[in-house]
Amino acid sequence: MSSLPAIAGPQRSFTSRARDALSNPWGRTRFLWVVGIGYVLWSLVPVVNAVVFSFNRARSITQWGGFSLRWYITDPNESVLHDPNLRHAILQSFTLALLTVVIAVPFGVAFAIALRHWRGRSSGTSNFLMMFSFVTPELILAVALFLLFIDAFRVFGLGTFAQAMGLVVLALAYPVVIVRARLLSIGATYEEAAMDLGASPMRTLGRVTLPMLAPSIFASAAIIFVFTLDDFVVVNQLARDSSNETVAMAIYGAARTAPTPATNAVGTLMLVASTIVVTVTVMLYRRAGRRRGDIESP
Amino acid sequence: MFFVFPFYVVLAITFGGVDPILRQPVPAWNPANWNTAILSFTWSNITHSDGLYHQAFINTFVFVALATLGCLLIGYPFAYFLARHAGRWRGVFLVAFFTPFWISYMLRMLAWISLLQDDGYVNRILLKIGLLQHPYPWLDGKPLTLILGLIYGYVPFMVLPLYATLDRIPAPLLEAGRDLGANPARTFWRVTLPLSRQGILAGLVICALPMFGDYYTQQLLANTANTRMLGNAVVDSLTQPIFVSRGAALILVMLVILIVPILYYLRSTNRAAAEGLG
Repeated sequence: MSSLPAIAGPQRSFTSRARDALSNPWGRTRFLWVVGIGYVLWSLVPVVNAVVFSFNRARSITQWGGFSLRWYITDPNESVLHDPNLRHAILQSFTLALLTVVIAVPFGVAFAIALRHWRGRSSGTSNFLMMFSFVTPELILAVALFLLFIDAFRVFGLGTFAQAMGLVVLALAYPVVIVRARLLSIGATYEEAAMDLGASPMRTLGRVTLPMLAPSIFASAAIIFVFTLDDFVVVNQLARDSSNETVAMAIYGAARTAPTPATNAVGTLMLVASTIVVTVTVMLYRRAGRRRGDIESP
Repeated sequence: MFFVFPFYVVLAITFGGVDPILRQPVPAWNPANWNTAILSFTWSNITHSDGLYHQAFINTFVFVALATLGCLLIGYPFAYFLARHAGRWRGVFLVAFFTPFWISYMLRMLAWISLLQDDGYVNRILLKIGLLQHPYPWLDGKPLTLILGLIYGYVPFMVLPLYATLDRIPAPLLEAGRDLGANPARTFWRVTLPLSRQGILAGLVICALPMFGDYYTQQLLANTANTRMLGNAVVDSLTQPIFVSRGAALILVMLVILIVPILYYLRSTNRAAAEGLG
């Protein structure tokens, strides 16, 4: 359906081809191919450029001075390996991402399972609040949490704890939505069968429900990890001082003042990290789907 | 509870007072003690043409509207291509399309900062092909750069719902349009476009909402007073304890304005989900 077979040879004139292109109802594909390829180039070439310049020998991020690993390893002060701020930022980003996964995933899964058991008003309301956090600007939530931690929760104060809590609130919706979709698609049959065969509710949960949910739990953990690794607004608003600085904050700070290729280098490293997580997740998810014989998107 | 309590704090601080000695906000936890002084102060600074937040307020609406429109104009043809014409290359294009979702926003903006420098590649190319005589100072606080940056940052959110909608339009409907003698433009206008209305609306909402809270793109690409957005006003006021309650009031105003599109979006997705399951 995408295009009709070409009838004409290369010897036809431009005008006759143009007339054909206009009169052929399904022949707009060439323009759309330009759009498609143009879009992909536009969205990815800047990033490729940024990655390439992380290997610049010179200090500039606009003038290419030859290939080197100066900004990754060899520069004694400013490379990612030797700049304590950048190293700390990487550590902070990964710490927060792990903390968020460890807290938000069990909560989210429990929430999704609980939502199925309480029907009616309260499940509707919490479902609504979950979706609300998806579409509301992140800044609104970040400011609300900022006010919370400088005021009512002053005991905790701003800092890593506040950042992790903020990310959990932000990320909680992902496992709930993903696991819930999976729960709805499995239905109650398997659990009922296990119960009929004499399994207790806890045993049913452990031996039937959770194993069946495993791919979606894993997928939501990966999504949360990648997403919190890059988060800026909440993390920035809930930071106390420079010891809470993450990579996103470091790039933001450098980009506003004087970025060096080391900024590109640390961004590239994070890009590699999230690409690995995404690739591994997709592969495992596909394999799990194939083993079960039901490939399903979350 | 996770969500409700923080929002209540926003209310309490907005409607609270400011401690005259410690110069920091005093929340009013009891709605009976609510005091509207700060909210009305903030509101009058938005509505009066020489108010503190007036310019930022206007800027936000203009930039978000233009950037969302730009996202639609770029996103729709791409989503259409992806759904209909990518053929066996669709997988490749889908992967390429999803990649920006896991590339840090800051890295993507940093990439543009380097491309748009006076001696960056954009200026070099434009000079070489003769479109410019002198390098254009893209990063000198130009609204154009900010809008282009917003489009670049948010266009994937537009493509996603559009692609989902366009992909679901059954091919027989289009063939029917063709068989009944409609030319492609007419088929598009009478069949595809009406059927993708839901996707367009979802895309507009999902693109515009986060832009209202965006302050970092402005800081990175066009950091001057005349391109300030509402988000900048909020973040700036939070850095000084005495102005924190103004920030809370601004957030409240933002939330009240955005609540209509948010609720609309939630309702329509809920309905779509219910139809899908039923």
